[in-house]
Amino acid sequence: MAKTIKIRAKSKDGITTVKSLITHPMETGLRKNKKTGKLIPAHFIQEVVCKHNGKVVLNCEWGASVSKNPYLAFKFKGGKKGDTVELSWKDNKGQGDSITAKIR
Amino acid sequence: MKLDQKRRVFLKGSVAATTVGFAVGAGLLTPGTVLAAWNQSAFDAKAIDKAISAAVGNPTTTPSDKITIKAPDIAENGAVVPVSIVANLDGVDTIALLVEKNANPLSAIFHLPKGTLPDVSTRVKMGKTGDVVAVVKAGGKLYSARKGVKVTIGGCGG
Repeated sequence: MAKTIKIRAKSKDGITTVKSLITHPMETGLRKNKKTGKLIPAHFIQEVVCKHNGKVVLNCEWGASVSKNPYLAFKFKGGKKGDTVELSWKDNKGQGDSITAKIR
Repeated sequence: MKLDQKRRVFLKGSVAATTVGFAVGAGLLTPGTVLAAWNQSAFDAKAIDKAISAAVGNPTTTPSDKITIKAPDIAENGAVVPVSIVANLDGVDTIALLVEKNANPLSAIFHLPKGTLPDVSTRVKMGKTGDVVAVVKAGGKLYSARKGVKVTIGGCGG
């Protein structure tokens, strides 16, 4: 898949802040197509997992009410410059993507 | 074409998972486990009590001033309401974010392993003016906080 994730991880005073943006329509399944009047099927991210050096540091379950092109930010202890952070997502259609970045 | 490619990758992946690009393989080969892990009943719940109960196991929460919800007082666009939750508690392992007035109140559940700080931010859709509710599980106990957000343009229903 095309690149859908932007991620920044920064370490300061032993705490790493991860910020990321995912490109995704996040359809709720409640919206109607204005032309046809039919409901647009739900299509949203259900699971987001972030790992630091292979260890899970955040595991999210999301519903359809998370905004389009979701933003996610969180912090964890530890992590130093050059460590790897991996973020991956999966949606209700079984699609997904992942990205690996270095902590700066 | 797009679908075809995916199928190809999937087929290849199921024969020899190691030959597929890791990212694509991981994304396509595990939808079954995703659905199993995803808390369907909690996200489908229409009432906020039921959603909380399905998400964290109990609908009764203690209001706590140690939880801070950062959200705008007035959201001009309900489709994008930035929300941050910071919990000043020890041993937080789960944070659930709910929007009271939405058709399905539960927005997100964050599972925090040890070492991850109880400080998460995201953006949610809000159908109409109402409360944003944070439920935090810390040391086996449930705490909650809420904050009213006035929505001038709804984010659901287009």
